[in-house]
Amino acid sequence: MDLTHADNVKKSVKAYIMVFVALMALTIVTVAISTLHLSVRAAIVVALFIATIKAGLVASYFMHLISERKLIYAALALTAIFFLVLMVLPVLHYLEPIGN
Amino acid sequence: MEIPYTATARPDTGLFNAKLGVWMFLASEVMLFGALFSTYVLLRVGAPSWPHGYEILNIPLATLNTVILISSSVTMVMSWASLMMKEFKKYKMYMGLTILLALGFLIVKGFEYGAKFSHGLYPSESTFLAIYFTLTGLHGLHVIGGIIVNTYFWGPGSKMWHTDPQRFTNRVEVAGLYWHFVDLVWIFLFPVMYLL
Repeated sequence: MDLTHADNVKKSVKAYIMVFVALMALTIVTVAISTLHLSVRAAIVVALFIATIKAGLVASYFMHLISERKLIYAALALTAIFFLVLMVLPVLHYLEPIGN
Repeated sequence: MEIPYTATARPDTGLFNAKLGVWMFLASEVMLFGALFSTYVLLRVGAPSWPHGYEILNIPLATLNTVILISSSVTMVMSWASLMMKEFKKYKMYMGLTILLALGFLIVKGFEYGAKFSHGLYPSESTFLAIYFTLTGLHGLHVIGGIIVNTYFWGPGSKMWHTDPQRFTNRVEVAGLYWHFVDLVWIFLFPVMYLL
């Protein structure tokens, strides 16, 4: 949706409210699941899965990534690759433990 | 010298300059917080034991702060939408609410920190508390930065609406991008620090 026109913005306000409700609901779900005290592995997977959905909603609707220019997508794709490298770095520790 | 493409899009990028600039800045912010999250993972997998966040931290207060910050993201996007619909008074209301919610977040965080300090729980106490204070402290600094910028756009900076409304709307949009990013970071910080 082209958000440079006031009419389209008016329509997207409804979407913002729905996203808000979804974010609140997912927050409640996250906290509720944490009270179950799942195993650490399961808890991490579930918590990060829900957090990723929430982050996706914020980025797509509030930050308008759902209808953005290609240049932004390209920059973010590059960022995502480097971010993944950062997250994988600690795992390399297992492949070659320090001191060996 | 006049800064180019503050109101209209640059033909080759299709974006006004500030938007691309802020997205580049946010990309660097992803790496900043990413490095700290990566550090957290390394410290956690390397530790002989790691406490559950809920044993040490206050989940009800952090949940309240999550609700506050998500609400502030909604009021922020509504402030921009109000400008797009040429409703300046509504903009002032929503931006004012955004600032108040952000201050509320800091007050709740202040209570949390205060309670930790009063129990002698400082960053030097454990690796968990060290990374907790580092991550939430850096996030808190970002909230303070957002409050400063948003307060300027709510107060003296809003005069631009009467002289160059499109440029002002663009300014609020990119301030919003930053603010939603601060919300995004908290969306991950909350479960990682408090619930796991």
